[in-house]
Order: sequence, then C-alpha cells, then structure tokens
Amino acid sequence: MSDLLYSEIETDLRAGVRELLDDKAPWNDVLAGTERDEPLDAALWQSLTDMGVTALPVPEDRGGAGATWRETAVVAEEIGRAVAPVPFLTGAVLGVAALLAADDRELLESGRAAVLAVPFTTDPHAAFTPTVRAGDGTLTGAVTSVADGSAADVLLVPAADGLYAVEAADAARAPVVSLDMTRRLCDVTFDGVPARRVAEGDAALRTALLTGAAILASEQLGLAERCLESTVAYVKTRYQFGRPVGSYQALKHRLADLWTSVTQARAVARHAASCAATGDPDLPVAVAVAQAHCSAVAVRAAEECVQMHGGIGFTWEHPAHLYLKRAKSAALALGAPDRHRAALATLVDLPPAP
Amino acid sequence: MSTAPPDAAALRRRVEEFLAEHDPAAMEPLEFLRARFDAGLAWVHYPEGLGGLGAPRHLQPEVDRAFAGAGAPSNQPERNGIGLGMAAPTILAFGTEEQKRRFLRPLWTGEEVWCQLFSEPGAGSDLAALGTRAVRDGDHWIVNGQKVWTSMAHEARWAILVTRTDPDVPKHRGMTYFVCDMTAPGVEVRPLRQITGEAEFNEVFLTDVRVPDEHRLGEVGQGWRVSTATLMNERVAIGGQAVPREGGMIGVVAELWRERPELRTPGLHDEVLRLWVEAEAARLTGRRLRQQLTAGQPGPEGSAAKLAFADLNQRISGLELELLGEEGLRYDDWTMRRPAEVDFTRRSPGYRYLRAKGNSIEGGTSEILRNIIAERVLGLPGEIRVDKDVPWKDLPK
Ligand SMILES: Cc1cc2nc3c(=O)[nH]c(=O)nc-3n(C[C@H](O)[C@H](O)[C@H](O)COP(=O)(O)OP(=O)(O)OC[C@H]3O[C@@H](n4cnc5c(N)ncnc54)[C@H](O)[C@@H]3O)c2cc1C
Repeated sequence: MSDLLYSEIETDLRAGVRELLDDKAPWNDVLAGTERDEPLDAALWQSLTDMGVTALPVPEDRGGAGATWRETAVVAEEIGRAVAPVPFLTGAVLGVAALLAADDRELLESGRAAVLAVPFTTDPHAAFTPTVRAGDGTLTGAVTSVADGSAADVLLVPAADGLYAVEAADAARAPVVSLDMTRRLCDVTFDGVPARRVAEGDAALRTALLTGAAILASEQLGLAERCLESTVAYVKTRYQFGRPVGSYQALKHRLADLWTSVTQARAVARHAASCAATGDPDLPVAVAVAQAHCSAVAVRAAEECVQMHGGIGFTWEHPAHLYLKRAKSAALALGAPDRHRAALATLVDLPPAP
Repeated sequence: MSTAPPDAAALRRRVEEFLAEHDPAAMEPLEFLRARFDAGLAWVHYPEGLGGLGAPRHLQPEVDRAFAGAGAPSNQPERNGIGLGMAAPTILAFGTEEQKRRFLRPLWTGEEVWCQLFSEPGAGSDLAALGTRAVRDGDHWIVNGQKVWTSMAHEARWAILVTRTDPDVPKHRGMTYFVCDMTAPGVEVRPLRQITGEAEFNEVFLTDVRVPDEHRLGEVGQGWRVSTATLMNERVAIGGQAVPREGGMIGVVAELWRERPELRTPGLHDEVLRLWVEAEAARLTGRRLRQQLTAGQPGPEGSAAKLAFADLNQRISGLELELLGEEGLRYDDWTMRRPAEVDFTRRSPGYRYLRAKGNSIEGGTSEILRNIIAERVLGLPGEIRVDKDVPWKDLPK
C-alpha cells in the first residue's frame, strides 16, 4: 500500500529547492522573462542541474542521484509553485523517463536536456500515431506544439519502429506564441535529420508519457497550493465594508472547498508518484485519477485566485495570470481530464453507452 | 515492561499466534471478542491493557482483514458507530483509568452500544448554546432537559452527554461532559420518524436523572473541550474510513452500470466516471489522513473528509436514481421501524438517496464544516459573534 506522506529526505529536498527558487525565480523575474525571446531561464536550469535534481531517478552509475519518482514529484511541486520557466517536466521527467526505459547510457550520462518531441496534448493512454518517418538513419516529418522544444539539447522523436534521438539544433524549431509563456511550445520540422534509434517499439514512449502525467499531477498540486495560500493571505488583509473580505462566508466557504480539493489532490498525486516509483501495475489508473482530479483543482485554484483578488488579480503586474495560464495549459497537457476519464472507462470496466 | 510498538510483521505474528490458541469456530463469539481485546488486537493503536498495543493506527485494517479471513466473529461496528468512533476516543483522551477499564472493553466487543446526547431543540450547529441542566447533589448530578436527533438511543446502553452546569458564565465555559446510563430512571426515549420512513433517531427526555460524579468525563466546566474532541473524532470516523477501491456507494453504482447496459446513456457515463474519480480521490485522501494520524487526536483537517464524503454520497445516490429511470420512481418500504444499524447498501436506491441527505447535517452541517476549515485550518477571520462574552442565561433563545 502506497505511502502517501513525505519522508524526511523529501522534506529536506523540498526546502532546498524552494530556497533556490525563491532566490533565483521570484515571480516578478518569471513575469519579466515572459516578455523576453529566450524561452527559459538557463541559469536557473543550471543551478537545478548542479543541485542534482534534474536527474533524480537516474541510477548513480548512469550519472544520476539514484533516487525515485517520488522525490522527483516533490521537486515538481516546487516547480509548480514557482511556475519556474525550466524544462523540468519535459526534460527531467518525460525525457529522463524515456531514456531510462530505453536504458540509453550515453544520453543519460551526458546530462543533456532530452525532450520528447510529441504534441504536448498527447494522451498517454491512447495509441500514438507518429507524424515523423524514419529511414536510412534520418528523420523526416513535423511535430506541432512540442513543450520546451526550444530548450532541448536533444529531441526524442517517436517514429513507427521506435524512439529516435536527434540533435535539437539539427531540427527546424519555430517558436509558438503560447498560452503558458513559462513553458513555451514550438513546432518542429525534421528534414532528413540524422537520427539514432534509442528504443524499439513504443514501450519507452508509453512509459515516459504515463510517468510524465503522474508527475505533472504534483506540479499541478504545487501550483494549486500556491494559489490557495496567496489568496488566503490576500483576503485576510483586504478590507471592504469595514471587514476583511475573508470574513465573508461566500469567500470562506469556497476557500474551504478549495482546501479540501487540494488536500485530495495531494493524496492522489502522491499515490501516482508512488506507483511510478515502484512500477506498480496500478499506475495507469492512478495516473488517470490524478490527472482528472489535479488538472481541475489547479485550474479552479488559479481561477479563484484571480476572482478573489478582484481587479488587481486581473492585471499583468500580479502573478495570478502566470498561475492561470500554467494551470489551464497543464490541464490540456498529457491528456485533458475527459481523456483520462475515458481511459478509466476501459481500465476499471465502466464501458460507454452502446 | 512495555517495549517498542509492534510493526506490521510483528502484528501479523501476534494475530497468527492468537488464532492458533483461539479457534473462532470453537468459541462463543463474545468470548472470542473479549480475548481478542485482552490480547491487544482490538484497536491496535490503543494502549496496552485497553485493547491495543500502541501500534501505528494504519496497521488496523490489515489486522481486521486477518481476523475476518480466519472466520472470526465481528464486533459489528455498524451497530455501534457512535461508541467506536466517538465515545471510545473521548474516553481514552479524557477518562480516568477506572472509566477506561470499565467502558472500553464492552464497548469494543459490542456488548454495550452507545449513543450521543448532544443536540437539543435549541442547540444544533450552535451546540454550546445547549440548556440541559446538571446540578450537583453530593456525589451525584441531577440532570434535566431534552435532547433530540439522538441516533440509536433505543439500542444504547450508555450515552455521552453534555450539559450546562453553570448558566452564569458565557456558554462555552459553563458546560460539563458525562457518561449517562440509558437505563437510569428518568431517561425516556421516543422515536422520531425521518424522511426515509423509519426512525434511527429519537428524542430523549431527561427528568431528574441521577448521574454519579464518577461518570463525569473531564473537569467541571471543561465540557466544550471534551465535546470538541468527540466531534473531531466523529468527522474522521465518518469520512476517514479505510475502504477498498469502489467501497461504499460508488461501488453500488459501478456494479449497476456494468450489469445493466440498457440503462447507460452518454451523459450519465461521463457523470459516473467523474464520480468514480472523486470517490477514488476521497478514498486515497482518507488513507493519507490515517497515515498522518498514527498518533494523537485528529485536528480540524478531518472535517474535510466528512465534507467530501457527504457531498459524494449525495451526488452518487442522486445519480443512481437517474440511472434507474422508471425504477427510480419506486421505493422499497415506508414502514415506520426502529433499525438497529444504518446500512446504505442493503436498502433500495430511493432509501440511499434520502438517507444521504442526512450526511450533510449529522456530525456538523457542511456549512459548519466549511467554517471550521476556513477559520481553524486557513486562519480566516471568524464569524461576527454576538454571543461571546454574554452569560449563557442572558442569550436570546
Ligand atoms: C441523521 C441524523 C443523525 C443525527 N444523530 C445525532 C446524534 O446521534 N446525536 C446528536 O446529538 N445529534 C445528532 N444529530 C443532530 C445534528 O448534529 C444536528 O442536526 C446538526 O448539528 C444541525 O443542527 P440543527 O439541526 O439544529 O440545524 P441548525 O443549526 O439550526 O442549522 C440550520 C441551517 O443553518 C445553517 N447554519 C447554522 N449555523 C450556521 C453558520 N454559523 N454559518 C452558516 N450556516 C449556518 C446550517 O448549516 C443549516 O443549513 C443528527 C442529525 C441527523 C440528520
């Protein structure tokens, strides 16, 4: 039975990552970054790499920290809290998961950011239809809406007969103006780009997508928690009609409900991370539940954050919109909630109407 | 001579050893249950000598499963929810050694069922407004007043009772908590019929009931503190139960969905899946809550489990009727009865729909639970209080 609490090591890890993010990625810096052309905060990514948190589940003899997806999930919570513009979910989770499944020593040991070249909305439960063709050691085709594609050193590209690695610089990457400017997309074109097959079949892709969706739930949890905290803090200090607005039941009760949902999000996200860590056969169900639940909670938390801040929450100069944009994009990412519910219909035998 | 509390493996061994010495098939159920209590395998997180071994609370389900698997008799927790979920932890926290020894064993074995004499006609959500008076008379207290909505009072041997002992101080300060003998002269129990047709709950009239001072739980005037502990336990007991996946109401609907394809519609399919996800989220949250509760008393966090449970039960039972269509228009039985237990799964869908409406009222209404979470967990400002510093006797009633 999965342990849903945080270990002492995880709590220490969280404290270290939070300190770093508070220092290097305060929200006003993150906001300023959205107006720049550089898609990510390279210095911050380097600091996280130096800390060893970008290769947590990689065994020590492959150059990693020899930890598990549980610890990775704790870092993801912190990344979500900070809406940090680094390729953590894409590079340190999806990419690493694919390379671990492929057991690609070379790329794992290189420590370079490997990003999966799939549309960010890809449903981890459904069959994947590649849009790129492999032949003669090269790839040709196009993939749209690749998250953090511009931040990648290496792209991991699914083709019909397996997963290929290409140098990101060899592909044409067209930046996309993205709803979430803290995790930007790009459209990628491969025009006979040299490629090396790292895994046969689609098992590595499947594992990576499921693991990614599991850990995304923790990112969503962190974001939801941050929204709740900052909203609670605000309504305690904002006075209208001679009282803090947080003394009105219309707001108190919604915040209580949100807290309840966030508490549930923590349980389902921990369960999903735990299943990913131990290779539990319950992983697909745990992921479907965690994504269906946490996506909705993160979006609601961000929406309430905007609403309960009133006009200030609607301004560019307030961080609420960073959370809202991340939350809504994350909800669509790796299977929107309805996809995960549809997957459950099969997984737990609740078939659709004839 | 107590040693480190046993872990999962040690507990498994103890259960095996116990079963080797006590054959459930050969023993009287009550004798078996008493022996299980005395071996510390009743509620393993309780102290040694009081039915437990001081083990982590989350190991209990495994122990229960091992006993059930061996065909051991059950203590029928469904008949004594208030005793097990509320009276016992309160007695453990506030009782004297003598009270713990006297009450906990027959409570756990099911020999003695308990009820809760808290709510009154004038004091529901505002429990601290209660007016049932207890007046000291030597080493006894004389109790007069009326309680209401008292579930299972007709089955109960004992009650947890909260009274007013000092009307001259503000309401929270003048209360005292007792254990009340339901067979004592002056205790009168009358059924109250509820929307389901039957009467789980009752009115209880207390007329010159003599309660010995040794049945007081906690200090004189400390009744609010003791009551709060009871209520926190109640909320965890209601929402934080260990259930398997699809345990509870969602399992009923999931089975119906599987067995009756002709009832399925696309709209209801999405609704079934949504509720399945929410039920699973609530279940995992209950598990996490129990893992956190390895020691000590539950805090206000437990209110969230109860809040979510009530909402889910109501929506799932509502969905079940819609799914059933024409059958949903029928009810099983409106006969006025006084059941010995509440069981959602054995009655009809209409019963479930109606009974679930009580879930957001009993044990603290959902509005009150939201207030508690907002104020005690999130630290939001309290409601404007007009009654705080007013002596109880001067409050508008
Ligand atoms: C099935 C069932 C079993 C029960 N069993 C027992 C039992 O065994 N023992 C026992 O002692 N009691 C029992 N109760 C009683 C239960 O605890 C009370 O009914 C409950 O506390 C509400 O009190 P009330 O009925 O007086 O409603 P009221 O307190 O009058 O509430 C009326 C409405 O006002 C709302 N309200 C009240 N105060 C506030 C506030 N501050 N902010 C916002 N909204 C507010 C409530 O949420 C509710 O919607 C049972 C009730 C039910 C339905």
